Amino acid sequence: MNPLLSIQDYKAHFYTRRGIVKAVNGITYDVHPGQTLAIVGESGSGKSVSQLSYLGLLPSPPLKITGGQVLFEGNDLLKMGEDQLRKIRGDKISMIFQEPMTSLNPYLKIGSQMIEPLVIHRKKSKKEAWKLATQALERVGLSRPDQAMESYPHEFSGGMRQRVMIAMALTTEPKLLIADEPTTALDVTVQAQILELLKSIQKENEMAMILITHDLGVVAGAADEVVVMYAGRVFETGSVDDIFYRSQHPYTRALLRSTPRLDQLEKELPVIPGSPPDLIAVTEGCPFYDRCSYQKEICKAEFPRESSSGANHKRFCHVEKIS
Amino acid sequence: MSNSLWTDALHRLKKNKLALLGASFLILELMIFFLIPVLARLGYEAQDLELTFAAPSPVHWFGTDSLGRDLFSRVIFGGRISLTVGLLASLVSALVGVVYGSLSGFLGGKIDNSMMRIVDVLYALPFIFLVIILMVYFGRNFILLFVALGLTQWLTMARIVRGQVLSLRHKEFIEAANSLGLRQRDIVLKHLIPNTLGPVIVYLTLTVPSVILEEAFLSYLGLGIQAPLASWGTLIKEGVDVMDLAPWTLFFPAFFLSATLFSLNFLGDGLRDALDPKGARD
Amino acid sequence: MGSTYVLKRLAIMVPIFFLVVTLVFFMIRFAPGGPFSSEKSVSPAILKNLEAKYHMDEPLLSQYVRYWKDLFRGDLGPSFKHANRSVNEIIEEALPISLELGLLSLTWAVLIGVSAGGLAALKPNTVYDYVPMAFSILGICLPTFVVGPVLVLVFGLWLQWLPVAGWETWQDRVLPSLTLGFAYAAYISRLTRGGLIEIRGQEFIRTARAKGLTEKEILIKHSLRGGLLPVVSYLGPALAGIITGALVTETIFNIPGLGRFFIESAVNRDYTVVMGTSLLYFTLIFVCNFLVDIVYAVLDPRVKYV
Repeated sequence: MNPLLSIQDYKAHFYTRRGIVKAVNGITYDVHPGQTLAIVGESGSGKSVSQLSYLGLLPSPPLKITGGQVLFEGNDLLKMGEDQLRKIRGDKISMIFQEPMTSLNPYLKIGSQMIEPLVIHRKKSKKEAWKLATQALERVGLSRPDQAMESYPHEFSGGMRQRVMIAMALTTEPKLLIADEPTTALDVTVQAQILELLKSIQKENEMAMILITHDLGVVAGAADEVVVMYAGRVFETGSVDDIFYRSQHPYTRALLRSTPRLDQLEKELPVIPGSPPDLIAVTEGCPFYDRCSYQKEICKAEFPRESSSGANHKRFCHVEKIS
Repeated sequence: MSNSLWTDALHRLKKNKLALLGASFLILELMIFFLIPVLARLGYEAQDLELTFAAPSPVHWFGTDSLGRDLFSRVIFGGRISLTVGLLASLVSALVGVVYGSLSGFLGGKIDNSMMRIVDVLYALPFIFLVIILMVYFGRNFILLFVALGLTQWLTMARIVRGQVLSLRHKEFIEAANSLGLRQRDIVLKHLIPNTLGPVIVYLTLTVPSVILEEAFLSYLGLGIQAPLASWGTLIKEGVDVMDLAPWTLFFPAFFLSATLFSLNFLGDGLRDALDPKGARD
Repeated sequence: MGSTYVLKRLAIMVPIFFLVVTLVFFMIRFAPGGPFSSEKSVSPAILKNLEAKYHMDEPLLSQYVRYWKDLFRGDLGPSFKHANRSVNEIIEEALPISLELGLLSLTWAVLIGVSAGGLAALKPNTVYDYVPMAFSILGICLPTFVVGPVLVLVFGLWLQWLPVAGWETWQDRVLPSLTLGFAYAAYISRLTRGGLIEIRGQEFIRTARAKGLTEKEILIKHSLRGGLLPVVSYLGPALAGIITGALVTETIFNIPGLGRFFIESAVNRDYTVVMGTSLLYFTLIFVCNFLVDIVYAVLDPRVKYV
């Protein structure tokens, strides 16, 4: 099966006064139709930038896309002009963001904002779009969708607002939904509901989803495939089981160890020493070098090439085997 | 103690070219106007009816007006008046504002609320009307002019000071001082006031041009400074009356008034940005 | 819903209005040199008018009540200086002119200000930004009584494109309204630019972009409403400023408006005209601020519930 989205050695840098911030520094992975791919990483790993940048949602300058390909349905998004990208945004690729509080326009009614993708991309009349949008609100679990359409964002709670955002992203039945930390700002119980909702919609619509998160719990519950990112690079890709049970990468392992677990009450929570590197000062070598317990000379000098840990399980590390 | 705050601010201020320009102009102006009386040797009253409406010349640097008076001297004397009135009235407004604002902030609670309500209401009124009414009723004496002008500007100062006092009241070092047993009076004098001084100076610098403008406005309309004294406002009025004959009589006082206003505003903005490290510029 | 907000605003304004009227009453009554004072330096004809109007032999309280009654009928009393004219007559002649001047100036201010500010916000840090903003500094710092004469000098006397005084033809209206509006256009352009730029940085603009809207659609549908709020709030003070500025503008351009009469009356110590006009102005300002508050509440749905 051909991948829906194929990112190949993609690089995106920010040219600032202080220097060149290599936010995305050569990442490669695929997303298949109907699949949920989770991108995991700490803040600053480049996970959000990697998605926002190829869709034209970051100001450039200072952003500059410096290399690679991003193929969506076979077409390279990086070669497209703004007009072409705009046709895809909101139609075939939709996005929902982290802060439902600020991601909705407080001055407009919900309905007014919801009908936009349908009116723009599917050329529906306002009336038709209004009806379809109301149905979408019902689908995401809002009890009085008609009333909701006439209301303003500040009248809703965080969880409800996120549902609205999801509904808004789905009216055009996109092939790919990019969810940037959709549950981070929400309560834990609401988190679970939102993830459930996303999963059920995905099944209905055969929609692929990229789930950006730093929360391993979310990954475990919702993802099929996982990409582990650090300082603008990809360290490991594979299925959820591969990553959680069979990881052979020092960073992934350290990350898993430092996640608090209810079933393992140890005396101390192992932390990864040090802090992520300054993205202006990244070298050609592995960015995790300073904090890694398995350092080798070669790690400092060059970034490891892709090696295989199993079927569809790839890792980038010079160290052969981790115990 | 707070020395680093001031040196930091001074450093930032020095980088602001517009503010420096403004400051230099003002210093130059003050020197010329107040410290070098010999420049105004021709006097602002001396009339030379043979030489009315003369264009600028080596004798009369700015030309003469309708009564043959030397415009250069008149501009200098007018400047003295405008600047003095501006400064004094601003001090009045600062005094009222600081007292009102500190009281309000310090007392807090319902008193603070009502005091600020009054300020909100007064904010909407154009004070010029009150000033004019006062002038009409009580005649045009100098002191009254100061007071009236000063009263138009104290509102903003009051708000600023109250804000400062409120935020400072709850800062940790006040609580620390309290716990160390310092008396209220000491807290106010040694801690609250030095920290409030910064914004007060900034807004004082911004109040002066507003007051100068108002005084000029009143004088232009004939309700401010009375003859034989003349401020820039009066001079501009005289200039407008004859501007087709002698445009320089309008130009010079207008230029000095505008340049002074610009300089004060730039300086004030610069001070404000320098003292506020978070400074959000547009 | 919105009515509590409205009622709250009214609740503040009514007692203030009451206070102001009372103040005005007493000020007229105690005007130095007026008929109520010991000096009685008013002309006999006027004294007759005043006595007839104010029933000075009656006790103070009934005079006060009478004043209120007159006020409700819209009667502001006789002039102190002009024996056969009442304040009302003067106002009726002059007010429409000033209103026209004021509205024209406000229109200029909003049109020029919003367009310039909008353009600057659309292309920040380019020449479309620097030039209008430089002009706006001029407008904010230069007083009306400097701008006016300069415009008259350049466009009226030197270039002879526009007339310099009077209020007859439509050309007469151009310079005065531009003069008066200029300072406010300057301020509004800065507010617009600031407001739009701030909105542009907001997250919901990113959402709009992610949905595939064009920059133009984003500007008009999403940015304007929030971005123009600072301008709307400013309209209240702007109006007060325009009323004040009209005093000077009418004087410079020799326009027979209420502002010019006000100044004349102030110089001549015509107390009833001065107080009556002030009362009118204050009322006007209160009402307009009130309307601005309502407009703001309509535009910003979050306010209604405060």
